[in-house]
Amino acid sequence: MATTLNIIESAYRATIEEQDDTVVWITHAMKGAGADLTVLLRGNAVNYAVSGQQAPQVSFGEWQQTHAAEIDKDIVALMTKGVAVYVSGEDLVKRGISLTGLIAGVKTTDREGVLDLIENHDRVWHW
Amino acid sequence: MSEKKTLTFCLMDAPFENARTTTALRLIDSAVRRGHNVNVFAYEGAVGVPFSKQSAHANSVHGFEKEEWNHPLPKDWVTELMKHAEKSGAKVDWINCGLCVDERGMNEAVPGVRRGSPGDFVSWANASDNTLVIPTK
Repeated sequence: MATTLNIIESAYRATIEEQDDTVVWITHAMKGAGADLTVLLRGNAVNYAVSGQQAPQVSFGEWQQTHAAEIDKDIVALMTKGVAVYVSGEDLVKRGISLTGLIAGVKTTDREGVLDLIENHDRVWHW
Repeated sequence: MSEKKTLTFCLMDAPFENARTTTALRLIDSAVRRGHNVNVFAYEGAVGVPFSKQSAHANSVHGFEKEEWNHPLPKDWVTELMKHAEKSGAKVDWINCGLCVDERGMNEAVPGVRRGSPGDFVSWANASDNTLVIPTK
């Protein structure tokens, strides 16, 4: 089975309408279909590793959203399924995000570590 | 021609938004012209690329009627890619993400486009010589 490094960089794109990050979602779906995946969060997507996110539920007129995105929980669920999740430490620092605020189980990595991840996977998909 | 390869693409951008769609289709065209088989998994907005109800329009700013203006329609490009692949002994297999189609109401696609799931993308990737994801931003 080929291994794939899924680099997620585009963040909070259509997450209100989709009630999901669509790349995190397809990662779940591909894992369910048997893919051997590792996730690296970088750029603005490093914020997906911050615990305790609570997107407000949007409303229009009488319509009220009931399932707003819970991306930190989706990341936890990915790890529960056996997907290793890495986060770029440099991108966390640039954004002033403290390591203490990250969800448990996420691994931080530096630029050298990213190179190792790329080298150690058969495929790299950069979303 | 070099040995026939199978290439899998995952596209995410909606048509008429940016150059990534055109670039992706040009890459696919280039592969097909070399006789390679191409799989396309259209995810999210990209399910609109082969949407059969796309319609050309005139351009009054430039003073052209519809027929004269010959406005590009990505659905026609997809059809042409499939036709050309057939002629060159290759194949373009296109799957639209079914859930993405449903949420956009884009069930009508040009002939040759099928409905599927991310599992199809995984199967294709495992059976391909290479895979390229062209995500939206």
